[in-house]
Amino acid sequence: MTDMPDTTLTSDRSHDEPSPGQYDDAAGYYTLGEPIADTKAPAGDIADRWQTRKFEARLVNPANRRKLSIIIVGTGLAGGAAAATLGEAGYNVKSFCYQDSPRRAHSIAAQGGINAAKNYKEDGDSTHRLFYDTVKGGDYRSRESNVYRLAEVSTNIIDQCVAQGVPFAREYGGLLDNRSFGGVQVSRTFYARGQTGQQLLIGAYQAMERQVKLGTVTEYTRHEMLEVIVADGQARGIIARDMVTGEIETHLADVVVLASGGYGNVFYLSTNAMGSNVTAAWRAHRKGAYMANPCYTQIHPTCIPVSGDHQSKLTLMSESLRNDGRIWVPKKAEDCGKDPRDIPEEDRDYYLERIYPSFGNLVPRDIASRQAKNMCDEGRGVGPMVGDFRRGVYLDFKDAIARLGKDAIEEKYDNLLDMYERITGENPYEVPMRIYPAVHYVMGGLWVDYDLQSTIKGLFVTGEANFSDHGANRLGASALMQGLADGYFVLPHTIRDYLADGPFPEIGEDHPAVVEARADVEGRIEKFLSINGNRSVDSFHRELGHIMWEYCGMERTAEGLRKAIDMIRELKREFWSDLKVLGTADSLNQSLEKAGRVADFIELGELMCIDALNRRESCGGHFRGESQTEDGEALRHDDEFAYVAAWEWGGQDGTPILHKEELVYTAIEMKQRSYK
Amino acid sequence: MNLTLKIWRQTDAVDKGKIHTYAISGISQDMSFLEMLDVLNEQLNEQGEEPVAFDSDCREGICGMCSLMINGEPHGPEVTTTCQLHMRSFNDGDTITIEPWRSGAFPVVKDLVVDRSAFDRIIQSGGYISANTGSAPEANSVPVPRDNAVRAFNVATCIGCGACVAACPNGSASLFLGAKITHLGELPQGQPERWSRVVDMTAQHDHEGFGGCTNIGECAAACPKEIPLDVISQLNKDLRTAMRHGH
Repeated sequence: MTDMPDTTLTSDRSHDEPSPGQYDDAAGYYTLGEPIADTKAPAGDIADRWQTRKFEARLVNPANRRKLSIIIVGTGLAGGAAAATLGEAGYNVKSFCYQDSPRRAHSIAAQGGINAAKNYKEDGDSTHRLFYDTVKGGDYRSRESNVYRLAEVSTNIIDQCVAQGVPFAREYGGLLDNRSFGGVQVSRTFYARGQTGQQLLIGAYQAMERQVKLGTVTEYTRHEMLEVIVADGQARGIIARDMVTGEIETHLADVVVLASGGYGNVFYLSTNAMGSNVTAAWRAHRKGAYMANPCYTQIHPTCIPVSGDHQSKLTLMSESLRNDGRIWVPKKAEDCGKDPRDIPEEDRDYYLERIYPSFGNLVPRDIASRQAKNMCDEGRGVGPMVGDFRRGVYLDFKDAIARLGKDAIEEKYDNLLDMYERITGENPYEVPMRIYPAVHYVMGGLWVDYDLQSTIKGLFVTGEANFSDHGANRLGASALMQGLADGYFVLPHTIRDYLADGPFPEIGEDHPAVVEARADVEGRIEKFLSINGNRSVDSFHRELGHIMWEYCGMERTAEGLRKAIDMIRELKREFWSDLKVLGTADSLNQSLEKAGRVADFIELGELMCIDALNRRESCGGHFRGESQTEDGEALRHDDEFAYVAAWEWGGQDGTPILHKEELVYTAIEMKQRSYK
Repeated sequence: MNLTLKIWRQTDAVDKGKIHTYAISGISQDMSFLEMLDVLNEQLNEQGEEPVAFDSDCREGICGMCSLMINGEPHGPEVTTTCQLHMRSFNDGDTITIEPWRSGAFPVVKDLVVDRSAFDRIIQSGGYISANTGSAPEANSVPVPRDNAVRAFNVATCIGCGACVAACPNGSASLFLGAKITHLGELPQGQPERWSRVVDMTAQHDHEGFGGCTNIGECAAACPKEIPLDVISQLNKDLRTAMRHGH
């Protein structure tokens, strides 16, 4: 095709083969910058790259380590594990979290498990297969060298956690048990009933607390990072607010690590914790760190449906439930209001088993989510009407209970089923559960190179806060794997190469970069408290969430995204002129804390929509209505979009600058996913 | 539902604090208790009164951040966390009294928010297995009998919320302490430090100002994770053994 770029292509052209450069849906919303490359990944055979990098990364003499200081923001798996490990190595670590204890970080809520290529089941698993599954699951939008490394260190994680006393599930012989998890055909998932994240986090927390006692780690709880200090081209510290006294503190160091988690709360309703936020990452973005693939959002298929406007968060039910539960909706729309127990087998549509016979209920999360949405859009959703729609599908344990017995199901899923009953008031052993998708995880995040260093020198980013390992979609049980891989086994090696040049020249609190960062933080706080408008922070957050869910959720279109961008810009104007925050700056003030977070979510939301608008293809969790196959499956455009979209902050009144990092696969062949 | 809320308000750690009474209406049975407080706070914000400060984070019963004495019971009338308590446990017209955790070792920060850093310091004193990153043997090289693994897991589910302390007439954290002693003591990996751990952690517990166990059992009854009382027996047993061995 020789047409000029058309920014308003409609869906009737979606099956045409695009020619390179054909699509520029986001024209006018961004500026094209120079392409970027990951310069740290060694060349050579993929299986040798990490070993090569570890060897080439310079060492720091043990005697010099205590002279080097590291700030780590966040105490989840990525941050807690890094603090413990770097403390053990002898560095001088300062750890920050906004919660009252490092043990509260939201990694704790992960339920299902953690993958590792141990091949204990002798079912054909290997490092290469875990690598392959993860790249495929990410829909060929992740960087292969990073993913291989992740698979490679996965086995060390299990060893480490067992040594710490993490009580994984075991078989009667005393050896570790495994189960299979969404999107794969081997059993490689280690678990601790439905509380795997809790147990892994407590392991990392305890290891970190041990270092606190030994004096290598200093912990700052109820502290929120509000700015990064970039002095003479290097990240050298942070400005943090003591959330109890309101004091604005300057913390300086040789290197800064952000392990501050994901930004799913941009949707207001998500499975994230109430306090999960983008501020640390966004402040870094505004100081020069690129934000990569911000639109890649994972919408988890098995959450408890919304019950009304009061809803403050959504609760995930581990997708391990899909191992034994069967998902269905009534075949006939008129059955949707009936008691599900009165609907006979022949009137039920087990739609995942029907459409995807080889993976059935275990298809990847994005597929399970979108199909649930499709069923409800067709008018076959179940549960109470919310607005004009029933937004739910059944997850039924009846067959599993008949096959395995109630006791076996109880042992596997007891806490999850209890939680469901607690929230809905319905007993899932008797009535099929109702589930609906919810925002759960973001694959996007700050751009990092192979060393996990951002585009700001000396600013490293780990865990969900970076973009590196999951491409456009994350497989189940691999978030915990990535967090711990980064924290225990990757960052400690790569950061030493950077620190080998330290200690860096001391900078004082009078350094212009410090003074400026402090002034920015203080100015913003003063502004929030002085607007004196009429609307609460939560009302803005809720409105932003509605816009994002509607137009940048499970299905996105150019028209919807453009509309969303306009709405977000209007919301931003209103926020800065009509916000009402009571109380003072010098005390515990939860509205003030939220104001800062929501201000940053609004700016992020706009960038997410621009990124989604630019990426006129469907891949992983990003489904563009204009890019689908004839039977409604996601259609990638590898010739145009096989790149990481890394966005540079374009200034308060400018447009973001897009830098493309081309994705090159040498160890794996790119294919259209098929789970049929 | 229409409710009367009697809520402890205290501006900071030094303020004396007192109960304020608020009327709230239009509460749905499907709301969680904290969502009900969100509604109250929106209402207060609108009226120009500073919202009530309270802790919560995951709101799915696992992070341990939420607290609240509700009608004199930690986490309220059900065996769960405050964030998982729903308004269907209350009736239209109820008066609900909401206070912060009550314990000298958990000083009030503001309103319903307390300082539980004493728990972190108890863990720092020995609540871990010393295993530096990279030094671990192959995971299956040490089998763990299933019964031990199950007991370790059951008590490792403690979320560190502090309800046990708030419930105890003597302000003891023995259930929290016993849970960690039992978790790590059940596992082969936990044996090398078993005796020093119990001595050091108990000393830190006492140093923080928590009281001793007086066999009341309120802690286990209030525990949202149903940590059983026998972890305190285990704690005492381990402590006695350690002392006898001269630790």
